[in-house]
Amino acid sequence: MNERITKLREQSLEARPWLDPERAELLTQFYQSDIADRVSIPVKRALAFKYILENKKLCINDGELIVGEKGSEPKAAPTYPELCVHSLKDLEILNSREKISFNISEETRKIYSNTIIPFWENGRSIRDIIFQSVSEQWKAAYEAGVFTEFQEQRAPGHTVLGDVIYKKGFIDLKEDIQQSINNLDFYNNPEAFDKREELKAMDIAADTLITYASRYSEVLKELAREEKDSNRSKELLKMSEICQWVPAHQPRTLWEALQYYWFVHLGVTIELNTWDSFNPGRLDQHLYPFYKKELEEGTLTEEEAIELLQAFWVKFNNQPAPPKVGVTAQESNTYTDFTLINIGGVKEDGSDATNELSYLLLDIIEEMRLLQPSSMIQLSKKNPNRLIKRALKIIKTGYGQPSIFNCEAIIQEMIRQGKSLKDARNGGASGCVETGAFGTECYILTGYFNMPKVLEITLNNGMDPRSGKQIGLKTGDPTLFSSFEDLYAAYEKQLRYFIDIKIHGNNIIERIYAKYMPAPFLSLLIDDCIANGSDYNAGGARYNTSYIQGVGLGSLTDSLSSIKYNVYDNNFVSMTELLQALNTNFDGFEALRSRFVNETPKYGNDDDYTDSITVRIFESFFNAVDGRPNTKGGHHRINLLPTTVHVYFGKMTGAMPDGKKSREPLSEGISPVQGADRNGPTAVIKSVSKIDHLKTGGTLLNQKFTPQLLSTEEGIEKLMHLVRAHFRLDSHHIQFNVVTADTLRKAQMSPEKYRDLIVRVAGYSDYFVDLIPELQDEIISRTEHGSI
Amino acid sequence: MEASRKFEVMKTKSKGVIFDIKKYALHDGPGIRTTVFLKGCPLNCWWCHNPEGQNPEPERIWNNQNTQREIIGREVSVDEVMAEIEKDLIFYDESNGGVTFSGGEPLMQPVFLDHLLIACQEQDLSTTLDTCGYASWETIERIKEKVDIFLYDLKMIDDTKHKKYTGVSVVPILSNLKKLDLEGKNIIIRLPVISGITDTEENISQLIKWTSHLQIVKEINLLPFHKSGFSKYIKLNRENKLLDLDPPSQERLDQLLDTFRSNGFTATIGG
Repeated sequence: MNERITKLREQSLEARPWLDPERAELLTQFYQSDIADRVSIPVKRALAFKYILENKKLCINDGELIVGEKGSEPKAAPTYPELCVHSLKDLEILNSREKISFNISEETRKIYSNTIIPFWENGRSIRDIIFQSVSEQWKAAYEAGVFTEFQEQRAPGHTVLGDVIYKKGFIDLKEDIQQSINNLDFYNNPEAFDKREELKAMDIAADTLITYASRYSEVLKELAREEKDSNRSKELLKMSEICQWVPAHQPRTLWEALQYYWFVHLGVTIELNTWDSFNPGRLDQHLYPFYKKELEEGTLTEEEAIELLQAFWVKFNNQPAPPKVGVTAQESNTYTDFTLINIGGVKEDGSDATNELSYLLLDIIEEMRLLQPSSMIQLSKKNPNRLIKRALKIIKTGYGQPSIFNCEAIIQEMIRQGKSLKDARNGGASGCVETGAFGTECYILTGYFNMPKVLEITLNNGMDPRSGKQIGLKTGDPTLFSSFEDLYAAYEKQLRYFIDIKIHGNNIIERIYAKYMPAPFLSLLIDDCIANGSDYNAGGARYNTSYIQGVGLGSLTDSLSSIKYNVYDNNFVSMTELLQALNTNFDGFEALRSRFVNETPKYGNDDDYTDSITVRIFESFFNAVDGRPNTKGGHHRINLLPTTVHVYFGKMTGAMPDGKKSREPLSEGISPVQGADRNGPTAVIKSVSKIDHLKTGGTLLNQKFTPQLLSTEEGIEKLMHLVRAHFRLDSHHIQFNVVTADTLRKAQMSPEKYRDLIVRVAGYSDYFVDLIPELQDEIISRTEHGSI
Repeated sequence: MEASRKFEVMKTKSKGVIFDIKKYALHDGPGIRTTVFLKGCPLNCWWCHNPEGQNPEPERIWNNQNTQREIIGREVSVDEVMAEIEKDLIFYDESNGGVTFSGGEPLMQPVFLDHLLIACQEQDLSTTLDTCGYASWETIERIKEKVDIFLYDLKMIDDTKHKKYTGVSVVPILSNLKKLDLEGKNIIIRLPVISGITDTEENISQLIKWTSHLQIVKEINLLPFHKSGFSKYIKLNRENKLLDLDPPSQERLDQLLDTFRSNGFTATIGG
């Protein structure tokens, strides 16, 4: 990389995240103004957005080619008190906690205590409204760690942009809005007024971004005039022209396309703190026409294209995830904000989509070696081997990126959910592993679901042993069950009970966002919100999916397998004794625990005894959730991914029959329990492929390999075959950590020497030293596949 | 435990003793393979890294914690072995891999091996035999048409030294190799590189000279000596005669590669 990019990259790496009160202050000022009370809610949200972007400080860093920051400078994290207002205590925690902390100045605390907290506390924030609206059962289950709630501190998002901005300018979108307003039928459609208000709000939001870009244009022009270096001056002038042209008009060049996307990214993430920030998705597809045309016309060199893309990469890394507190901080404990660049896959006509830019982006990923944006390849059977080999050569450097997805599985998952073939082929994965139709779908994660906890509660006849509270159903005293079938029936009943509670809550929370927190700016970008005159948060998108993410598949399988094997099939131990062992956290039951850990069939070994239990658990979860309506005309679906919640859920779950001790982490994703897979990677792949991935919206499989295994061309070739076989079995995803446990242990001992060690956590990469100790231990304990 | 459950349906076909089945084996032939380790070996090489494979019978050894004894080796039927092998069919298909029979010395259990090879043929599986070549020609004749690739160990040419370091004569090994070569079999020679024993100038030049008379064979894998089998000697309570020997240097390995390549061999390190 050249000097400019090196400098921008260094600046991004060195800046410490800090909490920036600017947005919260501007938002509060607007909400306190007279006009805020005189308009409809969508228009109020649009005007708030306008007020923030009209008054927000501009930031142009030295040498930059793409401008705009979410906060007032790189690594400045704005807050969203309309969703979740941080108390002074929260601020103190954020400032002082050891991992994922944010610097918070005295000045910021003052602003918070004088203006922000007094206005937003006592029930004004969405978080407060949510907790006032959900049922007592919901609260009890939430507090017990049965499930989490995504929308209590962050807004629905998880969405990915399609190709709209490469085909239309915001002026074109404004025309679409006008068209939609003209089509409203006030005689027959009782929603006509609501729709007009929503469309008005979208129109204001569109103007707002154009104006925001113009502000940059003006300042850049000014800077160009003052700049002594004539090259830089020309550059600044060019940037000024670009900001005048986009987002108002359709982009004509790669540079305009990148700056346009970046303004849109800022718009979405400043309007609300959407989960998974925002995502350009199929970047090699969207940018290729610009790249190719300019290269052919001679207006752009490959070198210039690389520089622009690298400058673009840095912008993502400048934006830490919004500061989170409480359970939400624990379920997603990272600065990473989950933009996931998709590379490869197929075009909408079904043909191989790879192009020169696919490989160029992979080069950039390798060279930049940044946490953000995250990256993946969508591997189709139609893609050449060159694509996956190139990806594996980056993975082997021990950076955890890119992850590898099964393009055909993603498409089939979407077809099963009822999407058109074209929309499915234009889709991909976002966040960690979530399947989505890009540009046409609102697919939100609603919360992680702790499956092993449900078994724990079942084993205690509906009582949570951690609190002693009866939070579940009385499904019977397990010592009186005469067979494994009795136990399983009780588990399934308990599962359905808690899923019902979760969906009950989801259908309340969705409506809270629909009514009180529309997102008119985001709605501009996702089809068919404009045509429907309906907000992204209110079912305006073409497809609307609500996910519940199952966690602990491996832990639950092994626990049930242990009960079946040791209690019912072989009578090695009575249920009474087993429960006693669990209640005492195996104190005095070391031999029994050793039997559970070492002499009991485990998931991940291609052994049907256990794997058939996995399939059963999966089907129970699927049947409890899939197809149940949400409030946006769509349905609930499942996926299986953990981010970092398996550590939190583990803490909330006591000793388990698989030998897990109280507070130890659960297994993550669909991976086997850490250390339980003993027959190598082919056996793991066979085990995980027994569940029907096509019925999910994403599954996550972590594999740890020694660097030695990828040290030769032949090793890479064989790993490629392993991945291809995995995908022939219809599996959704695989990701690799290529680092030895020994290195990780050393990094734990002397973090100062391993500041730049990046590892794969679960669906994203992170600096190893930034992980909480429990998570570090968890990664070390994952089975390491070595060379034979 | 696992074995007894996995294999509860015992078929009546021929049985043999194995001491391991390794999946995702990457160094025992092309593609992704499953390697079946048959127990028992007529040789007693000083550098053996699978000493637990020498004794033809199941035996008790100390476990890693040295606290209790575990049994190495188990008697299994062809069907049982095939059930494990077939689990990874999709990986062999994808990578043009297959099954490798290793040991020990698989030819020590000729009937069992023959039946395994027939079963593999029935499944259209590619087979590789990792052998020291010390067997009667009749034994080899029986299986040779069912083996796709021979990984044929050749340690040294001098018979006196061969007897000293492996316990047996090299004569039948060389004679079998010659016959297989004459029949046009796909053979890769494997030379364990043991400093001062197999990598002497004398032995290398004898090897090159002897193999230059072969018709077909032109590929050699150099297998550098390593210490990963050392702990097994302790567990087996067996004398390790090469306790102080170091693995060959990269420099020496590169020299050897050059030597073999300049004599017309395709030479690689490892398999």
